[in-house]
Amino acid sequence: MDPRAKFLYVCVLFAVTVMFNQLIPLFILFFIQIPFVIVARVEKEWLRSMKGSALFAVIIFIMNLLSLYLYGAYASIASILERSLAMTVRFIVLVESFSVFFLTTSPDLLGLALEQSRVPYELCFAFTTAVRFVPVLAEEAQTIMDAQKARGLELEGGNFVKRIRNYIPILIPLIVNAIRRSLELAETMESRAWGANKKRTNLYVLKAKRKDYYLIIVCLFILAVSVYASMFVQIPSITQIVPI
Amino acid sequence: MIKVEEVYFTYPNGIEALKDVSLEIRDGEFVAIMGQNGAGKTTLVKHINGLLKPTRGRVLVDDIDTTKVSVATLAKKVGYVFQNADHQLFSETVEEEVSFALRNFGYEENAVKERVEWALNLLDLIEYRNVSPFMLSGGERKRVALASVLAWNPRIVILDEPTIGQDSQQKERLRQFIIQLNRQEKTVIIVTHDIEFVAECQPRIVLMTQGRVVAEGEARKILTDCDLVNQASVVLPEIAQIFLKLRNFGFRTDIIDVYEAGRILLERLGDQT
Repeated sequence: MDPRAKFLYVCVLFAVTVMFNQLIPLFILFFIQIPFVIVARVEKEWLRSMKGSALFAVIIFIMNLLSLYLYGAYASIASILERSLAMTVRFIVLVESFSVFFLTTSPDLLGLALEQSRVPYELCFAFTTAVRFVPVLAEEAQTIMDAQKARGLELEGGNFVKRIRNYIPILIPLIVNAIRRSLELAETMESRAWGANKKRTNLYVLKAKRKDYYLIIVCLFILAVSVYASMFVQIPSITQIVPI
Repeated sequence: MIKVEEVYFTYPNGIEALKDVSLEIRDGEFVAIMGQNGAGKTTLVKHINGLLKPTRGRVLVDDIDTTKVSVATLAKKVGYVFQNADHQLFSETVEEEVSFALRNFGYEENAVKERVEWALNLLDLIEYRNVSPFMLSGGERKRVALASVLAWNPRIVILDEPTIGQDSQQKERLRQFIIQLNRQEKTVIIVTHDIEFVAECQPRIVLMTQGRVVAEGEARKILTDCDLVNQASVVLPEIAQIFLKLRNFGFRTDIIDVYEAGRILLERLGDQT
């Protein structure tokens, strides 16, 4: 699919998610994305990203719960719980839509989409290169960890502050090497005439197909319905439907 | 004593890097592990200081199973100098860098000072003690990395590709230095592609290919065996290549050392004149 259509989908989902703070529409937003995950056949990866965000979701829930309980003007514990849960689901929906996008779009395609959306090529290149170097940095971080462990560094154990301090010998070489690598990359690219031709053409030109237009229509429909609902429809909360 | 017993190792991505590797390295030995890229050399030595644990089989260092102890505990016995010094340098000064491991091991402040001084003198770095390691040249950074490991005087020293990025003078210094370490009864293990360096040092060779040890023995024997080195995608040392070509003139073919080669050739020339 055209990455631009998928990008529109992410933007719409983002806007709609922020539009609502009631639990029911947020749940609907969560469930309407699941068919996309199944169609894209990225269930496993999607589940992994959901699991990865679980810890943050719990933190968001607890923080909301505490702050609403202490400072919010809510009538009952049930409504506080509902509100905190809604904020957590909002976060999950955002992660869900972003993961659907990133799991189905390669960095190169994303770069191409940016480029053909008239974003300056230098910026597109910087973005795709940054994404492409993530696995390299991860591997390097492992090597650095090994090198420091071989000099007696124990990463585990100790209190919170000590644990953070333990990572200084890993972060500094990692950052220094990343900077050194980026400077080297700039030099090697310039020496291979990068940027010599101001007017660039692409081997692959993105062209929206019928299914891309369908997705765009679905997105616009979701956006229109959401704008209407948020302005003119009184959305009930669960505590109103099921009085506790 | 290091014992590697029928070790298999598979990386999480499924690559089987070691297959049924068995090896014994006695105390005070000097061993070079050689082979093509991806042969499993670095994977093997990472088992010796416990950075990697075997998927099957076991590795014993002084009868201690490496799976039973932490890397930090093994590091006291096994010093490992990584290929790229930039993977470990992080301190503000060379002195602090060299003292990093000593502090991790809980040495007292006086002992730390004494050992740092000793290691800096040993590697000719004393003039840089207050300089940032990032300001040094590649060769000097490599020496700082080496000093930071030798500072705690480990009994076993592993050097991963020690000659990369070193000029010939530094290589010669490194050779002298390794011989000196070996004379102090330290076990020295080097992982290298540098066949000429190995031919000059003449350690025991362990030749690896595709995760297996295909041969081990004296440098003179292994590095002059054309079939064997070809199998491991290693090129014969230049001296060995010359003497192989001179075989028909009655020369021995087990020569790898420049000085020995020179002596033999001079003797022959002397006979002819």
